[in-house]
Amino acid sequence: MRTPRSASPSNSPGTRQNNPPRVPPNTRDVRDALVGVGRAVRLVLLLALALLFLIPFYLLVRNGLSSEADITSPEWRFFPSELHWSNIRELFDDPNVPMAHALLNSSLIAVLTTVGTLLLASLAGYGLARIPYAYADVVFYWILGTLMVPAAVTFVPSFVLVSSLGWVSTLRGLVVPTLFSAVAAFIFRQYFLGFPRELEDAARVDGLGYWRTYWQVVVPNSRPVFAAVGTIVFIGAWNSFLWPLVIGQDRDAWTVQVALSTFTTAQTVNIHELFVAAAVSIVPLLVVFLVLQRHIVAGVERSGIDD
Amino acid sequence: MRGPLTTELTRRLLGPQNRHLWFWIFVGPFVLGLTLFTYVPLAWSVYLSFFDAHNTVSPTDFVGLDNYTAMLGDDAFTGSLVTFLVFTAFIVPATYVLSLALALMVNRLRWAQAFFRSVFFLPVACSYVVAALIWKMSIFNGVRFGLANTVLDWFGADQIAWLSTTDPPWYWLVIVTVRLWLQAGFYMVLFLAGLQRISPRLYEAAAVDGARPGWQVFRHITFPQLRATSVAVVLLLVINAFQAFDEFYNLLSDSRGYPPYARPPLVYLYYTALGQGQNLGLGSAGAVILALIIAVVTVVQARWFGLGRKED
Repeated sequence: MRTPRSASPSNSPGTRQNNPPRVPPNTRDVRDALVGVGRAVRLVLLLALALLFLIPFYLLVRNGLSSEADITSPEWRFFPSELHWSNIRELFDDPNVPMAHALLNSSLIAVLTTVGTLLLASLAGYGLARIPYAYADVVFYWILGTLMVPAAVTFVPSFVLVSSLGWVSTLRGLVVPTLFSAVAAFIFRQYFLGFPRELEDAARVDGLGYWRTYWQVVVPNSRPVFAAVGTIVFIGAWNSFLWPLVIGQDRDAWTVQVALSTFTTAQTVNIHELFVAAAVSIVPLLVVFLVLQRHIVAGVERSGIDD
Repeated sequence: MRGPLTTELTRRLLGPQNRHLWFWIFVGPFVLGLTLFTYVPLAWSVYLSFFDAHNTVSPTDFVGLDNYTAMLGDDAFTGSLVTFLVFTAFIVPATYVLSLALALMVNRLRWAQAFFRSVFFLPVACSYVVAALIWKMSIFNGVRFGLANTVLDWFGADQIAWLSTTDPPWYWLVIVTVRLWLQAGFYMVLFLAGLQRISPRLYEAAAVDGARPGWQVFRHITFPQLRATSVAVVLLLVINAFQAFDEFYNLLSDSRGYPPYARPPLVYLYYTALGQGQNLGLGSAGAVILALIIAVVTVVQARWFGLGRKED
């Protein structure tokens, strides 16, 4: 695995904080030796932990590219005896497994959810941060109030609502109720509160209203926060399980996660097919993740939840 | 009627330079959707919880508090709350310690920092379903080809049926390690952010005062400075633990159903409200009880740690 580009010095100011203090020269050698030993121990520990963290990924790929016999062999081997790239084709050719359809559903849901959330939450965040209105605080607390109710607890009532709308097993039912993320609106509000006013003032002087100021000045200058929130929302939508399980009841409405889960609880399982399906299911996220990793980390750091 | 009164009213509604109108154009759709998809279901749920609602969302059979008494008197439901408490008691300290340790170690690295940070953060991109699959089918599958049993074999130990042994509860190890692997990287990033905000001057001052780098500096400088981050991390960990569903469901249920042990509240509610009986009234009562418990826990915890004190 390659080291991602984010090794830029700006991301690691903390590394220089712990310089050893100035000490008299005679104790210095001992201390330097101790610090050296400590550093070595720490590095070994880190490498061991990194290995542990990577093993599950390795198993995923290893099993996905193995034959059934290799996976279930009592003689556990680190490398499969032969790589079966044909497993991937077998997965998509299997008529019992709606993998291609599930991937399509998940992609549609993830993209629509991301675009919709970015649009709705960024507009709301901007309005709250920048348009003077006497009751803006009331509206803000109305939004924050929903954070007190964890999304997972409302799955029963939300199911009731969605089913009474007749949206069960529809794309609408899977996407629309998830578009209103209070966390996303909160992050955008905090970000726009800190947006330099001079840029907007210049736009106002040029005669732009709120709407055009937002689209022509604010959005183009806020790409990092959109990228950060967008990736977090995309990962969340792609990985979400409970809501698609509850709403996507028909086979045609299954997402990748629901399809995978149905395999694991099924009576007969093609283990190698299951693993190759799981491996395929994380590829889109790994791409998104490796490309936008820096923004995710920055987004998390900047989200203000640890302030 | 078009008189000065209506004009005045319109101007008031729209605000100076139509500001009120613009505010609602920006914020309105979001607030409307949030209300429709959070507050309305919540209110509906409270309403349903007072009715006998099997397979229907518009019941007529008012039963008062019967659903609540049934739920609170149901050993399976209270047992699911206990499962959550035990789960929280394991996962919160474990994740806290591991993510803080990772952050401290990664933060001090002079090279390859981004590499290690990525490795530990990578599982965040993995879903609970996929992780549960790897844990259940490849690491802890209870037969010889499982990785855990292979390792036990190397040391001459007996094989363990990880997910079906309840005495001792080995399934607990499986459940806790999945979540630990998936979450630790995320909280590590929060701690890294907290660490980078600590002023280097504090460390210089500590060095001048003769504090030895390592434990002393950690205890007297780093740890107290991370207080705000720690509060947020613990709060998020507890709330997330309360929402545990994915890994329990995927690790423990199979074609024969879900075993009675290790059933957290959401799994129980899922089977109550959407299982065979579709008892939405009972499920709603459970959801309301759970929401109240979470609200109380959150508020108490926030008070306890003094969260939001800054805003005063």
